[in-house]
Amino acid sequence: MMSKMKSFHELKSVQERLKAGRDPKKPSVTICVGTGCLAYGTQKLVDSFREELAKRDLTGKIDFRTSGCHGFCERGPMVVIGPENTFYQRVGLGDAAEIIDKTLLKGEVIDRLLYIDPATGEKIVREDDVPFYKKQTRLVFGLNFKVDPESLEDYLAIDGYSALAKAMTMQPEAIIQEVIKANLRGRGGGGFPAGWKWDETRKADGEPKYVICNADEGDPGAYMDRSLLEGNPHLVLEGMIIGAYAIGSHEGYIYVRNEYPLAVKNIHTAIRQAREAGLLGENILGSGFSFDVKINRGGGAFVCGESSALFASLEGRAGEPRAKYIHATHRGLYDKPTNLNNVETWANVPFIINRGADWYCGIGTAGSKGTKIFSLVGKINNTGLVEVPMGTSLRKIVFEIGGGIPEGRKFKAIQTGGPSGGCIPDKLLDLPVDFDELTKIGSMMGSGGMIVMDERNCMVDVARYFTNFLVSESCGKCVPCREGIRRMRDILVDICEGKGREGDVDLLEKMAKGIVDGALCALGNSAPNPVMSTIRHFRDEYEAHVREKRCPSGVCKALITYSVDAEKCTGCTLCAKVCPTKAATGERKKAHVIDPEKCTKCGACRESCKFDAIIVR
Amino acid sequence: MINLTIDNRKIEAESGRFILDVARENGIVIPTLCSHESIEPTGSCRLCVVEAKQGKRTRIVTSCLYPVAEGMVVDTKSERVKAVRSLVLQLLLARCPESGQLKEMAEEMGVGPEPRFTPDQDNVKCILCRMCVRTCEKVVGVSAIGFSYRGTEKNVCTPFKEESATCIGCGACAYICPTGHIEMTTTETGDTRTIWERTFKMKACKVCGRYFAPEDQLAYISAKTGVPAEELAVCVSCR
Repeated sequence: MMSKMKSFHELKSVQERLKAGRDPKKPSVTICVGTGCLAYGTQKLVDSFREELAKRDLTGKIDFRTSGCHGFCERGPMVVIGPENTFYQRVGLGDAAEIIDKTLLKGEVIDRLLYIDPATGEKIVREDDVPFYKKQTRLVFGLNFKVDPESLEDYLAIDGYSALAKAMTMQPEAIIQEVIKANLRGRGGGGFPAGWKWDETRKADGEPKYVICNADEGDPGAYMDRSLLEGNPHLVLEGMIIGAYAIGSHEGYIYVRNEYPLAVKNIHTAIRQAREAGLLGENILGSGFSFDVKINRGGGAFVCGESSALFASLEGRAGEPRAKYIHATHRGLYDKPTNLNNVETWANVPFIINRGADWYCGIGTAGSKGTKIFSLVGKINNTGLVEVPMGTSLRKIVFEIGGGIPEGRKFKAIQTGGPSGGCIPDKLLDLPVDFDELTKIGSMMGSGGMIVMDERNCMVDVARYFTNFLVSESCGKCVPCREGIRRMRDILVDICEGKGREGDVDLLEKMAKGIVDGALCALGNSAPNPVMSTIRHFRDEYEAHVREKRCPSGVCKALITYSVDAEKCTGCTLCAKVCPTKAATGERKKAHVIDPEKCTKCGACRESCKFDAIIVR
Repeated sequence: MINLTIDNRKIEAESGRFILDVARENGIVIPTLCSHESIEPTGSCRLCVVEAKQGKRTRIVTSCLYPVAEGMVVDTKSERVKAVRSLVLQLLLARCPESGQLKEMAEEMGVGPEPRFTPDQDNVKCILCRMCVRTCEKVVGVSAIGFSYRGTEKNVCTPFKEESATCIGCGACAYICPTGHIEMTTTETGDTRTIWERTFKMKACKVCGRYFAPEDQLAYISAKTGVPAEELAVCVSCR
């Protein structure tokens, strides 16, 4: 436990002392224990490292650290050995002893644990040389590598809370002006300038004023905020305290999904540590300013990420939005002035204060400054979290950083902005990703989810999937969203099942317009996006389903049949082995056949065939 | 006072009032299903949407919740507005095909059912306008009913769908329900009333002997107002 720091000077001296105690040349082991890596079983590897180090009497002689998510989730478990930053990936859970003996003690590199760049076939030794990392600008997320999320000392040793100390020597208005000048826009989806919100809340009449961190990240496949809260909770907390000071708030909340147990645990620890160290609570760093934060765990409704529904939930009512004709900055939580920003937005604040708005504006595009973290998932080689400057092209994200599509398949579309975002086709891949450009083409930035789809994804089916998600997440308050989206879903299901009718696509478009105009909140307003954007860019797929009762991508089961291309089939028998219903049969070295009566169209044969001999039509 | 235009008519209104109220006072008809003079607006039916222009910005707003402002130009019957209203009505007609009130309203507005929407078969007449829940909470003050589930599963009920101990059987929810979804039955003699699956004993008027109100409701009124129960034992007609 750290004793209470009572001045900026004391903070500085603690930082200096901690830094002086850290030798960058000292051998170190850093293991990623983000949720992705933990799912690989990394905890066993961590335990085994501790045990093996103790056996060799090395505990304390090397820096051993478990850190938050590094982002390259595809290649976990990951271990980085310092000071050279040797990068080991897909590490076996029993590899600890070998890594210690060879790499840590003798400096030998273990070949089989190195990452091989698929583009060049070259083995890469240093972590920062891995193309996935090298082509990113890891600003906010980059600190995850350097800290143990449960250690305030780690955060202070990299000058953590310096931005807070600096901010508290500034006039609150000057801080707000700096954030406005940096044009920090809301990372949760809206893209609204954070500084303006701060300013409005500061000027609004009414006490108390609330500062809230929205950590109710709910987009399928998105986990940027999760990884920040899990991996570097003090960064988020520091941003919030600065915001509270600038706004003049003394009470804050972190509204975090209960489905993020590690994030809840780590932010709890961080809050406790910050209070003990005098960084949070009464009289922060002896400045006279007081601010404290409470955690509220979300009850599992997607709509609670919407600000007014989040307030309702925080107040103990059902998570339903209300019309926001009066801004939350004037009447938010308990009808008091409230400033709500998302996790990533708060995490950007310390950088802006430390390095200044001019520096921050040097990153990004005219309208969108700084970096953005994206979670790159779906049909992509390098699944993981990616941080790039605003304005980076989708092509760079998908192909250079993401490593392209697995098994050499063709890219079809990328869904950005979560379930209510849009699908972007290959012809728009050179689009610079920023708030305004994405909105222009009918998608949105959202919180930063990116789902990559290849030629084996049916876009009508994709629209059906996301629409169905929104049906189950609609709060049910207003008619267009509650009734309209489910009717759209029913029509999409019909189309996928070959029961689509002439005129369905036009009706979907008409309904979409009515829902966009008529729904009460942002969830409803944007719910038709998956349908509208897929109709816009993939109308031919809809028409094939409706008119020809054909699914060009071979996904919609009612419209496809599986057969074997006798020319290509080598009779390897693999399909017969994997077929769960014994529909695929044949003799060894002779072309196989699929019995359509038995076939359930599960696709296992197609996935297993090495000769591309399964035909789906 | 501020000046605005609604459907090309110049109108003077008190600042801060809602478009719907100002329009209605000036004889301009805006359809609604979830609005009632005795309860706060909630903006859930979306029938009252209008197109409002302020400065250069034109947008669809909910007239029951949107305050008037100086120079605002409101169009209550634009094509965009009509498109939202007709979609809302078609969706509600498909949800509650048996509701006479909806059919009547749709006819008045020249909106027919959308043949592509398969009408729901569950015979539910509730359009989730929330008027019953808001009345119970804000007007009666007992909050005996609320919502359970969300989205299409959402429904009005007592907590856990059990007999509510807080319900006083006043029937305000049934009276305000625009579609007749909430059932309230009374025995032939009128000595009991059943609502939300709970049966209430009715009080007979001391003077005329007619059963006129649930005993629980009279007890509630007495407790709330301080009027002795004795004085409440006489029906309104005999007082």
